[in-house]
Amino acid sequence: MFEEVTIMKKPELLVTPQSVDHVKALLQAGADAFVIGEQQFGLRLAGEFSVSEVEEATKLIHAAGKKVYVAVNALFHNEKLDALAEYLKEMQRIGVDRLIYGDPAVLIIRREQGVTIPLHWNPETTATNWFTANYWGKRGATRAVLSRELSLDEVLEIKENTEVEIEVQVHGMTCMFQSKRPLLGHYFLYQDKVMEIENRKENRNMFLHDDERNNKYPIYEDANGTHIFSPNDMCIIDELGELFEGNIDALKIEGVLQTPEYVITVTEAYRKAIDTYFDESADAYEDIKDDLLAKIEDIQPAIRPLDTGFIFKETVY
Amino acid sequence: MALALEQNDKIREIVDGKRVITKKPELLAPAGSLEKLKVAVHYGADAVFIGGREFGLRSNADNFSIEEMREGVEFANKYGAKIYVTTNIFAHNENMDGLEQYLQDIESAGVTGIIVADPLIIETCRTAAPKLEIHLSTQQSLSNWKAVQYWKEEGLHRVVLAREVGGEEMKLMKEKVDIEIEAFVHGAMCIAYSGRCVLSNHMTARDSNRGGCCQSCRWDYDLYELEDGEEKALFDDNHAPFAMSPKDLKLIEAIPHMIELGIDSLKVEGRMKSIHYVATVISVYRKVIDAYCADPENFKIKREWLEELDKCANRDTAEAFFHDAPGHEEQMFGVHGRKTTYEFAGLILEHDPETKIVTMQQRNYFKPGDEVEFFGPEIDNFRFTMGEIWDEDGNSLDAARHPLQIVKFKCDTPLKPHNMMRKENN
Repeated sequence: MFEEVTIMKKPELLVTPQSVDHVKALLQAGADAFVIGEQQFGLRLAGEFSVSEVEEATKLIHAAGKKVYVAVNALFHNEKLDALAEYLKEMQRIGVDRLIYGDPAVLIIRREQGVTIPLHWNPETTATNWFTANYWGKRGATRAVLSRELSLDEVLEIKENTEVEIEVQVHGMTCMFQSKRPLLGHYFLYQDKVMEIENRKENRNMFLHDDERNNKYPIYEDANGTHIFSPNDMCIIDELGELFEGNIDALKIEGVLQTPEYVITVTEAYRKAIDTYFDESADAYEDIKDDLLAKIEDIQPAIRPLDTGFIFKETVY
Repeated sequence: MALALEQNDKIREIVDGKRVITKKPELLAPAGSLEKLKVAVHYGADAVFIGGREFGLRSNADNFSIEEMREGVEFANKYGAKIYVTTNIFAHNENMDGLEQYLQDIESAGVTGIIVADPLIIETCRTAAPKLEIHLSTQQSLSNWKAVQYWKEEGLHRVVLAREVGGEEMKLMKEKVDIEIEAFVHGAMCIAYSGRCVLSNHMTARDSNRGGCCQSCRWDYDLYELEDGEEKALFDDNHAPFAMSPKDLKLIEAIPHMIELGIDSLKVEGRMKSIHYVATVISVYRKVIDAYCADPENFKIKREWLEELDKCANRDTAEAFFHDAPGHEEQMFGVHGRKTTYEFAGLILEHDPETKIVTMQQRNYFKPGDEVEFFGPEIDNFRFTMGEIWDEDGNSLDAARHPLQIVKFKCDTPLKPHNMMRKENN
């Protein structure tokens, strides 16, 4: 008799580069896949890649045998639809591996333009159950990018019940809020500091202080409005065992508002965690995981405490 | 597309040489309880949306049992009005249990449709409760016509637009896609794209997309910037702290424009609001819609309508995204609402045409000599100085002090059951 053996597959390590040079460094650091794009189509990207830079990055990434995903996951208004159609055609020409969408307009435009790039469904806060992940799977999505507000048990239950790949964030900031309104600009105008709007337009060094919780929430504005982020950076490098056992398909390191060097070090650490677990053993991973965490703690900015996101947190309603 | 345009052509007609509106939009009211539902319908709503005990987004509202829904539907049907039930959470795995049964119960209660955000509930409804109409909730933040087309292809009856969608954008949606469009016209608003805010999850461990929103957006925050490791304040003592609080939406003056666009349903927000609020707002919008449709060429917004709306407002109002992107003056800094200028003082139960004696249920303190105002769908507002007040047994009272107490007084002007009495706040 043969014992039944579950073949476990290494999850993809997904990162968010800030530039073409950063792509090169992250390939070195062991990333398997890259999310890139530009602000007018993609939400809260770590870097801005023009179409020609997408092309350049794609060549590099493909030469290394890795994958490139382009984010078109904004909430679109009518005025953006024509540009979006052109953009999808460009992505088809370049041959990127996947498109990341949240707005179903992308499904319609993709069909109309004869674009065949497979899709990842990523509506950010609203990918919360397995039924709906399968629903979008039936409509062309090959992967669901889960909401960060889910517990580990919820994530694993979704994976057990879906036909699509499952991606979860394991590290970095998460967005808590998006408004179409330019809220920083409005605050400066209210204070009669109109000059500050121009001065700080591109700045990503502002935060809101919440006195009651003593939390600091990063905030910035871009073409998609105002974005506010979690006060802590999620880090579960020492808690990956159950995600590995659960066959989660992709683990994302979110690099928005981090330095390129920070993202490289974090990527190396997660690469090491994955390889140790799968190439050696679960025990070997257990042995090194605290060291890996310590490595990240060493470079963690003082203003950004680490936590484990919602993985072990209970949410009520 | 031809169909969509053809439908739009039916908005207006020439009757006896005069242009009239033949496609009157639905006036859709909120109701957090059976009493509010009845008030909304009585005061002129064509449809009312309510929440059930599960799968809806206002876990703090009273919400309806299935029995109450049935009673609400029966009441509404007498007026030719419809009831919709909000089932617009983004469900987690654990919320799937009981969904089919719940939707079947709603269907059997005679409800017309549900307002839904999560495809889980859309698909379950299709198979479990196929008689229910499916309306896409604003929680999906629907902002462009291709996405509207997507939901049309999926067979939905109606879409509720994102609050960020302007009039010109609505126009294109109506031209391109033949589907009912519902848009907000009045009430409080999320300042975030709906569904795309989890501030409550982070700050209070309450899931905003399952009804746990604690309105963290309306709190005060201090804005700083980080320069070379130094935290520098971007606020000063002369100004209020950073806040994300939007003024409430008020599109009364845009109603003619929305009617001409062929918007199918005009929605008033506020399942948590009082019956005084629902009665006041719905009766004003009823008058605006009816007046415009009857004679669009000679229509003018009356000052008294605007004044009437102000009587139940507890926040400043603005037009948000309808004409243009809202500016900083459409946000509130350092202000967290105010007292309404009027309060609801009593609900008329009966008026005896012979004796002129009014029987009323007390809703707020008043006493002889107080200046009050009566209003209702059948009467023109009028002011009145309160005379002697009696209890049910005919004992004279120095004041009506007790909530829900039945009191009597004399008023020569006729009043109808369900008319309301309000009193200026001091």
